[in-house]
Amino acid sequence: MTTSEKASEQTADQIRADVAAEIAAIAAKPITIAKALNMALRAAMEIDDKVLVMGEDVGTLGGVFRITDGLKKDFGEHRVIDTPLAEAGIVGTGVGLALRGYKPVCEMQFDGFTFPAFDQIISQVAKMQYRSQGAWQMPMVIRIPFGGGIGAVEHHSESPESLFCHIAGLRVMSPSTPADAYWMLRHAIELPDPVIFFEPKRRYWEKGVLDTSVDPGTIASSIVRREGTDCTVVSYGPSMPTVMKAATAAETEGRSLEVIDLRTLSPLDLGPVLASVRKTGHLVVVSEAPRESSITSEVAARITEEAFYSLAAPVLRVAGFDTPYPPSKLEELYLPSLDKILDTVDRSLAY
Amino acid sequence: MAPDRWIKNPDADPSLDGPGTSGVPSAEHMVRGLRQTAQGEGLVELLSPEGELSSHPDYPLDVTPDLLKGLYRDMVLVRRFDREGNALQRQGQLGIWVPLLGQEAAQVGAGRAMKPQDMAFPSYREHGIAWCRGIDPTELLGIFRGTDHGGWDPKKNRFHNYTIVIGNQALNATGYAMGQRFDGLVGNNDPDRDEATIVFFGDGATSQGDVHEGMVYAASFDAPVVFYCQNNQWAISEPVETQSRVPLHQRAAGYGFKGIRVDGNDVLACLAVTRWALDECRSGNGPVMIEAFTYRMDAHTTSDDPTRYRLADVTEAWKMFDPIERVRVHLTRSGWADDDFFASVQADADELAARFRAHAVGLETPPPTRIFDHVYSSPNPQLERQEREFLDYLEDFSDGDGPDASSGGASLAGTAAGANAVGGVL
Repeated sequence: MTTSEKASEQTADQIRADVAAEIAAIAAKPITIAKALNMALRAAMEIDDKVLVMGEDVGTLGGVFRITDGLKKDFGEHRVIDTPLAEAGIVGTGVGLALRGYKPVCEMQFDGFTFPAFDQIISQVAKMQYRSQGAWQMPMVIRIPFGGGIGAVEHHSESPESLFCHIAGLRVMSPSTPADAYWMLRHAIELPDPVIFFEPKRRYWEKGVLDTSVDPGTIASSIVRREGTDCTVVSYGPSMPTVMKAATAAETEGRSLEVIDLRTLSPLDLGPVLASVRKTGHLVVVSEAPRESSITSEVAARITEEAFYSLAAPVLRVAGFDTPYPPSKLEELYLPSLDKILDTVDRSLAY
Repeated sequence: MAPDRWIKNPDADPSLDGPGTSGVPSAEHMVRGLRQTAQGEGLVELLSPEGELSSHPDYPLDVTPDLLKGLYRDMVLVRRFDREGNALQRQGQLGIWVPLLGQEAAQVGAGRAMKPQDMAFPSYREHGIAWCRGIDPTELLGIFRGTDHGGWDPKKNRFHNYTIVIGNQALNATGYAMGQRFDGLVGNNDPDRDEATIVFFGDGATSQGDVHEGMVYAASFDAPVVFYCQNNQWAISEPVETQSRVPLHQRAAGYGFKGIRVDGNDVLACLAVTRWALDECRSGNGPVMIEAFTYRMDAHTTSDDPTRYRLADVTEAWKMFDPIERVRVHLTRSGWADDDFFASVQADADELAARFRAHAVGLETPPPTRIFDHVYSSPNPQLERQEREFLDYLEDFSDGDGPDASSGGASLAGTAAGANAVGGVL
């Protein structure tokens, strides 16, 4: 048994002890998603010395979003690696490090800069286990700050999650709260499979309380955020706060929305969505990614297949347009909004 | 000869500015560069095509009869099963074969230079490296018959899976070598324990971004990796001039490490230079690039037709530089080997070929459930459902009227046709 295996054997107990200590230390004080991600990386690196952080500017600077702030100082330059400016290189050398027994957590600086690494992700990261018939595993996390709403120039506001969901062998996740950000990243790092971890960059500075009662084993599955009876609204990542606000607004109009956060986009866990649709008969799916061949398409197709007779209306969607991401002065028109969601709920209920 | 389209200013005075001064090379400079690229200047050579043994001050090698006889046997056996692979494809038993004919020395020399603790990252033509890593040639067959994507244990043999996307493995190997360094297994002055990595790719791959980035990363992190380029001068139909103006080994200088050009048809030179390079890496002085200058004597794959793009005369000329013949000549002339030796090697080769053939023909199509294995490390409800539905669908045909997929080996013809269809791409 290697040192790493021994370490991972102790992991479960250590996680709980560590996390308890961390959470006690910050008590019930709300933290941001950015801070939660930073804490998750730190905890994972403390527990397992095979966990590495690598990417552009992740070291001394702490990343352009400061998610890796302070890690290089505490873990050294061999565990928090400032890489040459080449994304295929980050992921491609990450693959080699994973083959060697390391657990690389790679940072893509922005969604739109992921594509130079796309070849390595699809050809090697996703397929390594399959093509080696299980001889290799690929315990790797690729963190991608994604989505719009930050007034950025082009290539900084994209939502490419469907591209990765379409690739067998990858797991795709996106948290929407600080607690989920923490627990889901911890979970992603422990998984022996590669995880594309989409971080809602627009929500990095939104605060929430770290939930101590979370079971890490279930953190990846979808969850009912708000119970309701009239219409089910499903979303994930950066659109979740908008959906929650829409549900509150709907309530004042006498409409009860049940809100579900998918959290893991591949493989999709549609159990709670099915249960909800069987109750409400109406489903609206919300995402800022372009509509065609998307998460929203997949949810609509699967729910139609599996709950056809429960549906009182077709599955409707609120999504980005099938255009490139627009200039920032137009982005609020492009993104799902409270009014768009309420309007679509109205259309569903009017069927 | 350089295509005219590359000569940007054919009327320029060759005495005028060259590369590096004006930034625009003259026609003369370009042509000179192209000639250097295409012809094997500056080669490290220990055994000439005529079988004359020499020594090299930088790359010493203790050449004993046993060493040379062992390398001869390796090359003859590797060539024999390679030719059998071609024949099996022609007879419809394999979907495709990727021949290595002509590259036996480049591969056996490098393969035998490795130590057990070293790691190899192959492309998809490295059957000779596989042989040296102790992988039985029959384990290569699944890929080419379409029964698996790689049938050997990459950890046990320290020989990674074949990589078909050109150049991907340069980055993977560099990362692995970074890990060897992070593990503290480089530069301890302990050659029996210190490790190195070697990555194999062709002249075409040198144009890929992944090879460039691999060299950048390897230099930045002092990774103990040998970039071993088998310049067989053809990337399917494209001559090496399409990839580079300068001899490929010179690229290493741009990354800040040593590049060496070796006669890729000289197994002793390949062995000596690669052993030196691996030792440099293991002692902390890596990376190193090696350009093994050789020639692809056969097609790119069995799906390729080289008569469409190159002259048979050139291939004929390269027969003069055959990697095996020069060793045979030296063994004979020096009296190091007799007829019995050559006969026994030939007998071993024939026996291997027969075993290779029998294994290929006997490889069974895996069960349909194999489609769903090893996608993820743990059960995935989505995939489990697809598999269940598919098996139920197949069950509906259990009266014998099955679709192709349920009729096992009967679909080999389809498999072969399918593999042929993609073969041109590989």
